[in-house]
Amino acid sequence: MADRRRARLGIMTLAPAAPQGATVSPPRPRQTLGRRLRRVPLVVWVFLAVPLVVELAWVFWPAINSFWLSTTSWRGVGVPESVGLGNYRALLEDPIFATALRNNAIWVVLFGGASVVGGLALAVALNRPRPGVGIYRSAIYLPMVFSLAVTGLFWRVMYQPGGSVNTALELVGLGSLTRPWLADPETALYAVLIAAVWRQVGYIMVLYLAGLKSCDPTLEEAASVDGASAWQRFWHVVMPQLRGVNTVVFAVTVIDSLRTFDIVWAMTRGGPYNSSQLLSTYMFQQGFTIVNLGYGSAVAVVIFVLAIAFIITYLARASRQEED
Amino acid sequence: MATLAAPARQPGGVGQRGPRGPRRRSPWFHVAMIPFTLLYISPLVFVVTVAFRSFDDIVTRGLGALPASFTFDGFTTAFGAGTRNALLNSAIVTVTTVLLTLLLASMAAYALSRFAIPYRRTILLVMLAGNLLPPQILLIPVSKISEALGIYDTLTALIVVQLGFGLGFYTFVLHGFMRGIPREVFEAAIVDGAGAGRTYLRIVLPLCRPALAALGALATTWVFNDLIWAMTVLRTETKFPITAALLNLQGSFVSEWNVVAAGAIIAAVPPAIVFFLFQKHFVSGLLVGANK
Repeated sequence: MADRRRARLGIMTLAPAAPQGATVSPPRPRQTLGRRLRRVPLVVWVFLAVPLVVELAWVFWPAINSFWLSTTSWRGVGVPESVGLGNYRALLEDPIFATALRNNAIWVVLFGGASVVGGLALAVALNRPRPGVGIYRSAIYLPMVFSLAVTGLFWRVMYQPGGSVNTALELVGLGSLTRPWLADPETALYAVLIAAVWRQVGYIMVLYLAGLKSCDPTLEEAASVDGASAWQRFWHVVMPQLRGVNTVVFAVTVIDSLRTFDIVWAMTRGGPYNSSQLLSTYMFQQGFTIVNLGYGSAVAVVIFVLAIAFIITYLARASRQEED
Repeated sequence: MATLAAPARQPGGVGQRGPRGPRRRSPWFHVAMIPFTLLYISPLVFVVTVAFRSFDDIVTRGLGALPASFTFDGFTTAFGAGTRNALLNSAIVTVTTVLLTLLLASMAAYALSRFAIPYRRTILLVMLAGNLLPPQILLIPVSKISEALGIYDTLTALIVVQLGFGLGFYTFVLHGFMRGIPREVFEAAIVDGAGAGRTYLRIVLPLCRPALAALGALATTWVFNDLIWAMTVLRTETKFPITAALLNLQGSFVSEWNVVAAGAIIAAVPPAIVFFLFQKHFVSGLLVGANK
């Protein structure tokens, strides 16, 4: 026992060597318990350093590199040649980039709108405990566990010319609407979007269910006594209490929309004729299909710039959460 | 505070909440929800029926027709085309990544939550920010770095990059959870002569079990379901995880929808098993970092 204690003290004496590590005084046997708790032993520095180095090397260093690459005309061989802001100027005149940007805007609004409205409505409907409610909830968030690639394939099968979407339309007498949904430039983006919303609704529902759980039921009862209608109670009493969840949902939705890649790649690869191209798929095509690394990096930087405000929103919330 | 403590403290998460408010016995709820739910899961049902139909049946009677055959041919062909191997790759990558990420993240979270590390809040938020970055901004440099390190086109590269990308989020969540552990626990450990490493192994990790379970369930589906990192650092088909292999399968069996559907089912079953086994943890995992 004594040996072990001495060994520990041995480690502790090393700690002050670390950068401003033990801000408190060097170890003395008669320190208060509190100080001994907070002083940073060497092993703890190692605990922090290893994950930090991994993340710096595989996330932050590459991210910085992307900014630099976006100012070059690198094609993967030789030394990257600087072109200044040339890639960005080219983006301004690139019609496919414009399409991707517009599609991304449509995606944020419709994907976000539909999954939030759907998720919130389902959360409200399934909030109260009653028989069978667990089964409905499970069924609705089950798609959430499948990969976006699998979701994409599921819906590809659905959308085939002879698939269930067209068959169902014919059954209800809307045969005139049938079409090859994914091969038609008019509908491809929206067809992919529906598949993405199908998967997202369950997740949003879970978030709102948690939010509703922390709402104060007495407020609603009081409003009900005052004669507020169900809609008024929801809009004026429940919604304000969900503000926190709304912020998170909003930030996550925009960030995820800008990242969206898998499902589009699995269903259309941005086609036909770039009609379902999003920024992320266009970036991937530029970077990896035609190995236009500088240009692809420029698209990636645009995605980053569009996302940064929402990343900060999320971080601000997270940091407030850490505080209390 | 403890980001995860709230959902973890409410076992059953979904469907088993204590009675609150009046119970309504109106049948209209079920009258509306049953058809809606059936419609909601109909894509699943449809794909499963396609997967079990024979190719001839689909060709002669159409993809949308009611099934007139039952066969495992689709699955046999899909397995033969390499999904078995891809499942194995996915399993290796998922298990290794999840275990390593949770280990490293819990180490960082322990250091940041219990010790007077300067700027610890900034470090934590910067780590979390790394996870929120759009992966697109990392793809090209990551593929180049793994080439330079000689690990391009290996499962190691995939594991390392997923590890790095996920760390921030898991650290953040575990940090919140560890801050919720009462101070007395650590004081008692010191009095008993346990050093920082020992405290971590013997006290912190066991106490974090609920948080680790929730994160583990969630991380398993995330890593297993990943496509973009696999497409970034892998080139050889035999090394593909199941998601990437699935897209290849789709390319080579363009009109054999029973095979494609079977492949999709094969890729969907493992995360579905995780979901059903760890439903409680999975749901609290989904809420991680988002509740309150």
